[in-house]
Amino acid sequence: MAHSEQEILSGLAEIVNEETGLPVDSVELDKNFTDDLDIDSLSMMTIVVNAEEKFGVRIPDDDVKNLSTVRDAVSYIHQAQG
Amino acid sequence: MADTQNRRVVVTGLGATTPLGGDVPTTWQAVLDGTPGATPLAQDWAQLYGLPVTFAAQLAVPPIEVLAKVETRRLDPSAQYALIAAREAWADAGSPEVDGERLGVVVASGIGGVWTLLDQYDVLKEKGARRVFPLTVPMLMPNGPAAAVSLELGARGGVHTPVSACASGAEAIGYAAEMIRSGRADIVVAGGTEAAIHALPIAGFAAMQALSTRNEDPGGASRPYDTSRDGFVLGEGAGIVVLESEEHARSRGAHVYGEIAGCGITSDAHHIAAPDPVGAGAPRAIPPAPAEPDGAPSDVVHINAHATSTPVGDVAESASIIKALGSAADGVAVSATKSMTGHLLGAAGAVEAIFTVLALHHRLAPPTINLTDLDPDVHLDVVIDKPRALAGGDLLALNNSFGFGGHNVALAIRSAS
Repeated sequence: MAHSEQEILSGLAEIVNEETGLPVDSVELDKNFTDDLDIDSLSMMTIVVNAEEKFGVRIPDDDVKNLSTVRDAVSYIHQAQG
Repeated sequence: MADTQNRRVVVTGLGATTPLGGDVPTTWQAVLDGTPGATPLAQDWAQLYGLPVTFAAQLAVPPIEVLAKVETRRLDPSAQYALIAAREAWADAGSPEVDGERLGVVVASGIGGVWTLLDQYDVLKEKGARRVFPLTVPMLMPNGPAAAVSLELGARGGVHTPVSACASGAEAIGYAAEMIRSGRADIVVAGGTEAAIHALPIAGFAAMQALSTRNEDPGGASRPYDTSRDGFVLGEGAGIVVLESEEHARSRGAHVYGEIAGCGITSDAHHIAAPDPVGAGAPRAIPPAPAEPDGAPSDVVHINAHATSTPVGDVAESASIIKALGSAADGVAVSATKSMTGHLLGAAGAVEAIFTVLALHHRLAPPTINLTDLDPDVHLDVVIDKPRALAGGDLLALNNSFGFGGHNVALAIRSAS
């Protein structure tokens, strides 16, 4: 069953919290992973892989670099669910 | 800088996490009380893999209880232990103000990030390459713990990781002392860490018949110098000291525990794992190396021996001590603290250096437990069951560490003046 965007946001926030220790409520749609959340490329890969598992999607490496903001990631995952 | 050669090196901070306690005061008290550190393994590796050993000296306080969850995810256990010990040591030293370029880190490990290596190999086999954790390499590399400590403290004066098996922790302290003596650094955070209580290292050590198999009595299994000893008990943890030039320590009014008076390092070139039976290598490390003739053999009042509880090693070390000190070995209080901590491999030399510093500081040589029948081939004055008071005044002690590969390190530690 497909996850709603809200479910994806909260699930993603949990993954980010697990990986970086950032509070769950700091992971907001408008936040930029690099500039606002200070997430480096290594952490981003872990977050992506964990998100793939959690939401049952595949996010190719070439697409990861286009995921600048939390909103980008949530939208991508939502659409990738098919 | 004026006259930076041959500066004296003092110890101003101590930190540890061991099978006996999550910090130095708890660990030291447990040592004085003669507390055995070995307990049954939580994992059922005997059932899974047929491991012949079902116990080890496991950390008393799990890192998850003291570190942030993120730190436990991003650091191998060996780096977690080092960070815990380094934080304690740095705070104990009074969190000194120091130029990062004058601050060094030397943290050793015998085996490195073996948990990460093996766990991620499991991930690779079971889930494929994409699921391998991106920090796998920095987590498994043996210099990872030293790097983690340098990042924590902003140390830019050089970060090093000597790897010499079970002599690693002592070699780290010797190297750190040399960094200060030669003028490269004013403060160096140094020690060793090990987190190798995993089925593979246990299987490997067991295959060498190096481990005690006294499964029915874990607390009685590590019994250095006893006729019924049957191998060492694998332990884990970290020991870290803050070393400082005497000048720097005095200028900031630091509390001084003692002095690193010298460090002797030699090698056997005899066998990859067995000690030289005629004691050709180790005695040349004891006392301090010829280049550092600070302290004559007759000054030594206490030795924290390597004494792992293996049948061959304990006797070889005894012969080495007698050969090095001659009649001056009489009355030297010899302590085998691995009877309590187990063998912390690359952390052993550092944790035992801390014990040696504290023995002089408190004038108490720690006990050796489980020694009920002294091996007749051991001709040492071993401190048994209860701590022994040491004299007042200016005292010198040795901390011996030997490692597979024929590494011999003897640290000479002097009481604070």
